[in-house]
Amino acid sequence: MSHHIVEVKNLQHIYSDGTAAIKDVSFIITHGESVGIIGANGAGKSTLLQHLNGSLEPTGGSIHIGHTPLTKGTLPDIRRTVGMVFQDPDDQLFMPTVFDDVAFGPLNLGYTPADVEERVTEVLELVGAGHLRDKPPYHLSGGEKKRVAIATVLSMSPDILVMDEPTNGLDPFARRQLIKLMRDFKHTRIFTSHDLDMVLELCNRVIVLHEGVVRADGPTLEIFNNDKLLSECRLEKPFSMQGCPVCSSAIK
Amino acid sequence: MASIHKAVLDLKSLDLLANGNSSVHRLDARAKVLVSLVFILCVVSYGRYELAVLFPFFIFPIVMISMAGLPPLFILKKILLLCPFVLAVGIFNPVFDRQILLHLGPLGISGGWVSFASILTRSILTVGTGFILVGVTGFTAVCQALEKLGMPRVFAVQLLFLYRYIFVLTEESGRASRARELRSCGKKGLGIHSFSSLVGHLLLRTWQRAERIHMAMLARGFTGEFHASRQSGFGMPEIRFALIWSTLFIFLRLQNVPQLLGSLITGLNP
Ligand SMILES: Nc1ncnc2c1ncn2[C@@H]1O[C@H](COP(=O)(O)OP(=O)(O)OP(=O)(O)O)[C@@H](O)[C@H]1O
Ligand SMILES: [Mg+2]
Repeated sequence: MSHHIVEVKNLQHIYSDGTAAIKDVSFIITHGESVGIIGANGAGKSTLLQHLNGSLEPTGGSIHIGHTPLTKGTLPDIRRTVGMVFQDPDDQLFMPTVFDDVAFGPLNLGYTPADVEERVTEVLELVGAGHLRDKPPYHLSGGEKKRVAIATVLSMSPDILVMDEPTNGLDPFARRQLIKLMRDFKHTRIFTSHDLDMVLELCNRVIVLHEGVVRADGPTLEIFNNDKLLSECRLEKPFSMQGCPVCSSAIK
Repeated sequence: MASIHKAVLDLKSLDLLANGNSSVHRLDARAKVLVSLVFILCVVSYGRYELAVLFPFFIFPIVMISMAGLPPLFILKKILLLCPFVLAVGIFNPVFDRQILLHLGPLGISGGWVSFASILTRSILTVGTGFILVGVTGFTAVCQALEKLGMPRVFAVQLLFLYRYIFVLTEESGRASRARELRSCGKKGLGIHSFSSLVGHLLLRTWQRAERIHMAMLARGFTGEFHASRQSGFGMPEIRFALIWSTLFIFLRLQNVPQLLGSLITGLNP
């Protein structure tokens, strides 16, 4: 798969209790793009992302990753291509130690033990969690868990990085570190976030979800300047575009 | 509930012990699993009134603990955790089986007490060996070894998931019962009513979380095969380990060693 195009066509997802979380979503994301998916709580962001690596099966519509349709047969390949960080790190960490957890993916990919060792050390340093390697994941703080969860995915060198609220719970320094890391990542990045400043910083394109449909899809600045759209979707301008409240109130 | 939660978390730390690096830790998991299986088979195959013959078997757990540098008190506590269950199984033996079997001076000991002690000893031996096996090998590696030794993969994976599921369940129940405690303001909550809905809720939650964790495993290339990070082969040290211990166990099983020793010392043949 040389071109990591993500194509979602008329996607629909109805949960077993009848909730229509995704009603009709279509978009194409081309190789190397960095796309932010934003929207209110319950807009369907997590549901949408979980379709991208086949964790959820669509009720209707289709998904193509690099021109390969997502089906049962192609699933293993697609999961190798798409690295996915879930919203709740507790869902992602299941091995007895941080090291084992990060090594789980590379071992499944058939790396040799020496390569695994090297790879794990490398990604743990990358997310600033090198000192945690021998701790059990359930003894970590929330933000530490999140960082390790991100490391587990990076260790598999995915071609498409999908993250559900990656900076949620991170301290300012770790958030900076993650933003830098994501900027350095050269392949396709898709993530949801309520951290609109990060979206502004990292994405040139934003998709706004509202009650299971795409309300807007376009250049980041254009969308963040559309006040009417933002307030309709329970969103706000990023703080960095709002002007300093302290200074501006002094002028008034 | 909180104490069960803690006990299970402790069980997880048993798995952490497996990261040690003693000569026992370094052995291939298959050798350790094989030896433990032979051990358990030998111990459980004794008759219900046999007690003294079991004691020589304690040499195995003791040697393993000291060679692997496991914390003996920790293992002991884990075994004690199981005692209530054993008591429940064996406690009626002394009541029903009153035939006098042994005489200790003026004291007559009934068959019930002997068989009770025998059950207790056998449980301590087998469960202790199980814990030690996990402590020097790690549960994942144990399952993997079982699979390599011919257990169908489905069962090995099932076993692993069961093990993980226990943790998921206790973590969820720890959270849920804490939330309930905090909001019941020191009273008994809403009694049995809120408790039963809590349990139902818990099962659903656990199931969903287990499913999400399974998804996370699939997302990271899991294909039903577990890879241990410790790579090893079945070489000379493994053969020696397996041979020496198995021979010892089988010898102990076939010979009545305490009696043999006794007759050696008194110079009499039975
Ligand atoms: N397992 C489920 N069963 C039924 N309904 C669900 C399930 N998971 C989510 N939903 C519903 O689907 C809708 C979309 O949920 P989703 O998790 O995708 O929201 P989100 O956009 O990620 O929100 P947030 O910003 O809070 O993370 C919500 O209305 C939610 O109640
Ligand atoms: Mg979400």
